[in-house]
Amino acid sequence: MILACVKGSITSTIHHPDMAGRKLLVCEKLNDKGEPGDGYVIAIDTIGAGAGEMVIILDEGNGARQILQVGGMPVRSVVVGVVDHVG
Amino acid sequence: MFLGKVIGRLVPAVIYEGMQGVPLLWVQPLDKTGAEKGTAFVCADGTRMAGPGEMIYWEASREAALTLDITYVPVDHAVVGIVDNLHLDPEGN
Repeated sequence: MILACVKGSITSTIHHPDMAGRKLLVCEKLNDKGEPGDGYVIAIDTIGAGAGEMVIILDEGNGARQILQVGGMPVRSVVVGVVDHVG
Repeated sequence: MFLGKVIGRLVPAVIYEGMQGVPLLWVQPLDKTGAEKGTAFVCADGTRMAGPGEMIYWEASREAALTLDITYVPVDHAVVGIVDNLHLDPEGN
């Protein structure tokens, strides 16, 4: 899993059928100091995260498909947690 | 998934079995603000509706082939959807 900060969202009308109703968040990856600058990823939201929040992203296809419970879905990145504090 | 912009269409003369009829697009990857970043690549179009000038989101690696009807094909980048709106929240710092 990776640590990231939610920067915004994207909307899409025409997409793969399995993406219907999914919330897509633009998340900036954070480095070991908690700073941005390590690229970004668009992840599917499963927990209701919003802009400005620090989140945990599962970045692996089989795990993502198991969480979303859709077998052949073309997805790899899923937001699976909101972080309160990093010690 | 990542953002990209379609910059062209490809017409293959010969293609691997199972990929006949799959649209192939030339895609320029974008950063999170929508600015061009990186080297363009060829993308299969899972939506079958994307065209030059449109902003799309794409997936790489094994997941890319899952956008297509026949999933056991040699595809490593594919368009998953067309972006209507990219909204970056000013408070998202």
